Amino acid sequence: MATAAHIAARPGWRPGPLPGFRPTLGFTLLYLSLVVLLPLAALVCKSAGLSWGAFWATVTSSRALAAYKLSFGGALLAGGINTLAGLLLSWVLVRYRFPGRDMVDAIIDLPLALPTAVAGIALTAIYAPTGTVGGFLERHGVQVAFTWVGVVLAMVFVGLPFAVRSVQPVLMELGPELEEAAAVLGASRLRTFSRVILPVLVPPLLTGFALAFARAVGEYGSIVFISGNMPNHTEIVPLLIVTKLEQFQYQQATALAVVMLAGSLVTLLAVNLLQAWNRRWAGHV
Amino acid sequence: MSDLAQAQPAPSLPLAESDTLPTRRVKTRTGIRTALRGSLSVRISLIALALAFLALVVLLPLAAVFAQALEKGLGAYLRAIRQPETMAAIRLTLVTALLVVPLNTVFGVAAAWLIAKYRFPGRNLLITLIDLPFSVSPVISGLIFVLLFGSQGLCGQWLSDHDIKIVFATPGIVLATAFVTFPFVAREVLPALQAAGNAEEEAALILGASGWRLFFRVTLPKIRWALIYGIILCNARAMGEFGAVSVVSGHIRGVTNTVPLQVEILYNEYDFVGAFAVASLLTLVALATLVVKKVAERFQSARPEGGVR
Repeated sequence: MATAAHIAARPGWRPGPLPGFRPTLGFTLLYLSLVVLLPLAALVCKSAGLSWGAFWATVTSSRALAAYKLSFGGALLAGGINTLAGLLLSWVLVRYRFPGRDMVDAIIDLPLALPTAVAGIALTAIYAPTGTVGGFLERHGVQVAFTWVGVVLAMVFVGLPFAVRSVQPVLMELGPELEEAAAVLGASRLRTFSRVILPVLVPPLLTGFALAFARAVGEYGSIVFISGNMPNHTEIVPLLIVTKLEQFQYQQATALAVVMLAGSLVTLLAVNLLQAWNRRWAGHV
Repeated sequence: MSDLAQAQPAPSLPLAESDTLPTRRVKTRTGIRTALRGSLSVRISLIALALAFLALVVLLPLAAVFAQALEKGLGAYLRAIRQPETMAAIRLTLVTALLVVPLNTVFGVAAAWLIAKYRFPGRNLLITLIDLPFSVSPVISGLIFVLLFGSQGLCGQWLSDHDIKIVFATPGIVLATAFVTFPFVAREVLPALQAAGNAEEEAALILGASGWRLFFRVTLPKIRWALIYGIILCNARAMGEFGAVSVVSGHIRGVTNTVPLQVEILYNEYDFVGAFAVASLLTLVALATLVVKKVAERFQSARPEGGVR
């Protein structure tokens, strides 16, 4: 849709005809700098003061390595589970009509609005050996709370809305014509799904995976309650940073934060590339 | 969009209007319909699987909050909430939200206007930077303010010389909360602003409306519901932020404890009724946010395409 404003704005600097370019640009940059960029620069500044040897020793200590393994490995697993759950839930919500569908659709956003600390104690109450589901699983030899399984469960909880909301709009846009054509041409339901529908859903599924992964890697509030926080076993990277801070080891906390931030930036870049791919793909269909 | 979804399962071929059509064609059509919707058993098992997953991961914990909070009756619930420390935490959380939400709202609308209405170099970078706090771990969001304003921080010496306290005090909590909830209003308003287009604004401009008048009388009514949901979501996140605030607060009881931190303290003291009672307040805020979202979606999508009224 090329409106006059788009065309007028094409040669680069020239803003559209609407007023407000200078004030909104000024305020946006000022507020962005004060609240986001300046504090982040403090992290970069502080980490520049670390000696390379001390930095390397901190970020490769066995305790840190165990924490990366749990944080990144757990987030990968949770992202995978969320991708499958996102596909299933958005399929059911878009394609089927059933009583309570509107409520199910609304409740998917709960992890986005519910404070993480509340999610943490609530999940622990259910999945601790004394809880309803936790007790049942315990009798069958599976312990969830205070093990890595609990960590992944909390990560699945916080990442779920991202996985569903990435896939759902694409599935809604996907009209019935292609599937009708496939059905008329004699393709089975399964074949239609795997050859016609799934390829279109690959970019949004990957976007949902990356968003859920990014959220899970950084998650703190819900995990500290359910994980048990045992160093080398159920200690995630954010918790290790907090522990270092509480021991006033600011340098070590900063070093670990730099590693995490680098991981987040790579994920953010991947999400942006995926979304660009998504848009291009959507433009072709 | 929901209209499209509703119309979706029906085949786009004209439906049989009477039984005068040859039976073979009708059969083919129902055959296609079954092929499109899947068999009943598949449908039922997929719905059941989805609901079971949602119950285990989301609904049971939600129910657990209220069940645990009311375990010892309504009296114990109300007593837990009326504790002076809890009341102080509620006050601090309300003050924080009252400061952060308006600031982030003004920023979110300004940034969304800038990105939706103009093309300029660095526009994509700006979008990425606005999303940045979203992908930073809350713990790091708190840490950066400690590194900037803490006693060993970059401005620490200057601040203590001038007797200004930011970290382990209310200003630090406000700043960390502002950082974490930074993208929410902008992210909700931007798509609505882009979808609404520019035609009416340009008409208003030609008719001689000033910039403010144009925004308040033409643009704002078009994005009203997206803005309301953005504000409500930003508020829920501001009231519920835990990781970042926990790092900068210093956990001084009755002074720098917000509601989520109070939940943690009560929980770690094995006062489960108290912890879940306070948590239930935050849960109610979250549920109200979801209701507003549903309402906002209905009103925003009910607007005719292109904004002609």
